[in-house]
Amino acid sequence: MEIVLNGETRAVGEGATVSSLLEELSLPPTRVAVERNRVIVRKTEYGATELAAGDRLEIVTFVGGG
Amino acid sequence: MADTLTIGGKTFRSRLLVGTGKYPDYPTMVRALEASGAEIVTVAVRRVNLDRSKESLLDHVDPRRYTLLPNTAACFTEEDAVRTCHLAREAGMSDMVKLEVIGDEKTLFPDTQALLAAAKRLVKDGFVVLPYTNDDPIMAKRLEDAGCAAVMPLAAPIGSGLGIRNPYNIRIILETVKVPVIVDAGVGTASDAAMALELGCDGVLMNTAIASAKDPVLMAEAMRDGVSAGRKSFLAGRIPKKLYATASSPLDGTFF
Repeated sequence: MEIVLNGETRAVGEGATVSSLLEELSLPPTRVAVERNRVIVRKTEYGATELAAGDRLEIVTFVGGG
Repeated sequence: MADTLTIGGKTFRSRLLVGTGKYPDYPTMVRALEASGAEIVTVAVRRVNLDRSKESLLDHVDPRRYTLLPNTAACFTEEDAVRTCHLAREAGMSDMVKLEVIGDEKTLFPDTQALLAAAKRLVKDGFVVLPYTNDDPIMAKRLEDAGCAAVMPLAAPIGSGLGIRNPYNIRIILETVKVPVIVDAGVGTASDAAMALELGCDGVLMNTAIASAKDPVLMAEAMRDGVSAGRKSFLAGRIPKKLYATASSPLDGTFF
């Protein structure tokens, strides 16, 4: 199925969760925040949050800034 | 007793807050942060780079060593700023945010109306809000009344290096609010930082002045010294300015 991750369409497997997506992307959960359809997914819910086709995900982190 | 700065219940020894943007490379940034003596460093919140071959900021800035202060740079609306703060809290597990709502691309001056509205919402949501604002005493008071943990009036436009354009307004802000006053943006060199502290400000926040200096590490050290000198001058109590001279040597005992 397809989701939109950070503005780009991406294919993920059936049953994929936020947790499995972060693992696939090699992103440490401690360093990111995830928004699913404009609602923040708490870190404790990453494993239980299954992705659905058409989900819009934002994964953000800290970058240099003033 | 140690001279410390307390913001939102957290106590710091350094009165210099520095940004992490615009450095020529990460190793220079790391050395500049060390030289500055800063304990609080600002960061921006952006989409992750999905190309993991590229280094990330957090490979170089240890959140156990520095208190990360996420900003809402590039937010032009109350909504975007509030959303960014919530994401920042989830990413960093900390409530402290540098709130900015930009009103105009050319000057990067704050939209204080949207800033105040966002501040009120974020305080209600439990954030420790440090707002970047104009050098306007009325707005500073309103932000304090809204529950902000500090107010951060600009010295001059972001990245301009013009120094403190209106020291009198900064003085009035200091007399108007009880929360810490941190001059944020517009500082160009160490004497600007010293001036902020001499006026009685509790701290100063800067990024470009250090990151874009020819030698960022040396400038970071200069800023640390400037902040230290300014703070000591303030605590020592400067002499009043006078138009005419007052002799330093005794007039008694002259032999001519």
